[in-house]
Amino acid sequence: MTPTQPAAPARSGAPGPSTLFEKVWRNHVVSQDDGAPAVLYVDLHLVHEVTSPQAFSGLRARGLRVRRADRTFATMDHSTPTLPRHLAMVDSQAQAQLKMLEQNCAEFGVRLYSLDSAEQGIVHVIGPELGLTRPGQTIVCGDSHTSTHGAFGALAFGIGTSEVEHVLATQCLLQSRPRTMQVRIDGALPRGVRAKDVVLAFIAKVGVGGATGHVIEYCGTTIEALGIEERMTVCNMSIEAGARAGMIAPDETTFRWLEGRPFAPKGEAWRAALAQWRGLRTDDGATYDTTVTLDATRLVPMITYGTNPGMGIPVTANVPAPESAPTAAEGAAITKALDYMQLAAGKPIAGQRVDVVFIGSCTNSRLDDLRDAAHVLRGRKVAAGVRALVVPGSKAVKRQAEAEGLDVVFREAGADWREAGCSMCIAMNGDQLRPGEYAVSTSNRNFEGRQGKGGRTMLASPLTAAAAAVAGRVVDPRTMMGGDGT
Amino acid sequence: MKPGEREPFTTLTATYVVLLVDDVDTDQIIPARFLKTTDKRGLGTSLFADWRERPDFPLDRPDAAGAQILVAGANFGCGSSREHAPWALVGWGLRAIVALSFADIFRQNALKNGLLPIAVDAALHRRLLEARAADPKARITVDVAGQTVGLVGGPAARFDIDPFAKECLVHGIDELGYLLARLPEIERHEKAHA
Repeated sequence: MTPTQPAAPARSGAPGPSTLFEKVWRNHVVSQDDGAPAVLYVDLHLVHEVTSPQAFSGLRARGLRVRRADRTFATMDHSTPTLPRHLAMVDSQAQAQLKMLEQNCAEFGVRLYSLDSAEQGIVHVIGPELGLTRPGQTIVCGDSHTSTHGAFGALAFGIGTSEVEHVLATQCLLQSRPRTMQVRIDGALPRGVRAKDVVLAFIAKVGVGGATGHVIEYCGTTIEALGIEERMTVCNMSIEAGARAGMIAPDETTFRWLEGRPFAPKGEAWRAALAQWRGLRTDDGATYDTTVTLDATRLVPMITYGTNPGMGIPVTANVPAPESAPTAAEGAAITKALDYMQLAAGKPIAGQRVDVVFIGSCTNSRLDDLRDAAHVLRGRKVAAGVRALVVPGSKAVKRQAEAEGLDVVFREAGADWREAGCSMCIAMNGDQLRPGEYAVSTSNRNFEGRQGKGGRTMLASPLTAAAAAVAGRVVDPRTMMGGDGT
Repeated sequence: MKPGEREPFTTLTATYVVLLVDDVDTDQIIPARFLKTTDKRGLGTSLFADWRERPDFPLDRPDAAGAQILVAGANFGCGSSREHAPWALVGWGLRAIVALSFADIFRQNALKNGLLPIAVDAALHRRLLEARAADPKARITVDVAGQTVGLVGGPAARFDIDPFAKECLVHGIDELGYLLARLPEIERHEKAHA
């Protein structure tokens, strides 16, 4: 990779041509003292059970309230069971954490989409679904995949629990202005290549630290042609390249998707919002600190072989050898990864045994993802010995999928059709790999033990995951797709 | 101490442990199964829980006792935003992490917990590794206000730290107090953008 690095533009005085990021940033700076980070206003704060308890405790200890409960929304997703809800929670500690979220939301007046709510689901799935996520907003959550919401032209990023407390108390955060990275992707996606493959290819190109300190703006004809759910998949994984956030300029695709959603503006307010949102694009002549380009027409379905999301290769490729790495450090990382994964360098990744297939997570659990998985599984069977889980991102996604009969396709194929939640992506709820098992997962992280202690994760698109479930091994999904060219 | 106050962090001189791995993610620092706690305390025993099962893990060697600094590779703390990662590192007894680079969210989370992330260049990094290999009692010394780091008895190198974060560390201030003092400006912003 050779990112071009133009000279940094002047930052003072009247704003010249601006990037999308700069416009949203500027609109939200409350104040900035010399030598201090900006006080950045937060439009929407999403909360879940795992990263919030200590923040609410901090408020209580200081005698503070939630300053803008009307901008704060909570759900339960990380440690929730995906088997029918009447079954017991995974353990008493998870139970206590959920109970605490209920108590905190009641005490501080925060709206909670709890397990029995019809809107419950993964925080990054329900925000957009409810129309809470909107172009031009600043959105934070104690969760690194908050970058998902950038698909709508919002500046959305993950924060730690101390910052959750700051936002609860003041609706603001102290933030140093990040650098900007343009990721320009052009060309029509070849058959069988999806947003997940695009973003895995991007991360493989720049590495897991390649976008550290930057906010990415994805642009180009490939991005413009993506539906909003696919754009969410791309922005979701920005953090896996180390970026603070990923953004895509809102357009008619965005507006069509948002219109009529429960919290979306209505009537005159909608028209006023549209007029404003149409200005949320990078001006001609605006510059980025770094630019990376990708030719979409050359992409093939991707899969990871190693223990970070940057270790992705075409599903048709061989597992790389440590000696092939450009630096000694990268070689050492490959050696360590292959040792953990028990994969042989130089051998095709296709054909690798698969024990578990997980289709779900904030990366790939929306309706389009489930349709892709069903496209492969329809009329086929999950291979003997393979455990396949399909976990919708929200109850709304589950209802829509069932209305289309996708649940029947999954069940008839021999896959488990579960309740909404993060499930095996983070493996806090009892859904997990056993030591030594190989999984093809549509989630976002293949770190050691991420999906269960000793488990080995290969990240891929829903098409590739579903194909692996049928074959019982890693396989090129294009061999199982219909002739419609999709 | 009252909420919002912390011990000022001005200097640190301590022995160190080396974990020479790049891209250490927060799932390794503290696996997700330990995130069901509702407390910040008590996570030190679970630090690097899965790696510590391996024989001869650096943090479990006898010569790691009393170390307050961890020297790691590049991109330390990537992945999840879980603040449980710095809580676990601090809980184990660490006060600074020296690495070639850090992931953004981890760096912010660490600073808010009095855990100092120090990015050093490859030359100093190599000297620290060599000194530790030669003598497990080798010590690193850090001056936060002066922004210097080095081996005790060796040359000091300058490190970068956000000036505001430095002020907070040196004076034991937390950021929430600063934000609360800006509520009038925040209210004005809300009125202007309503």
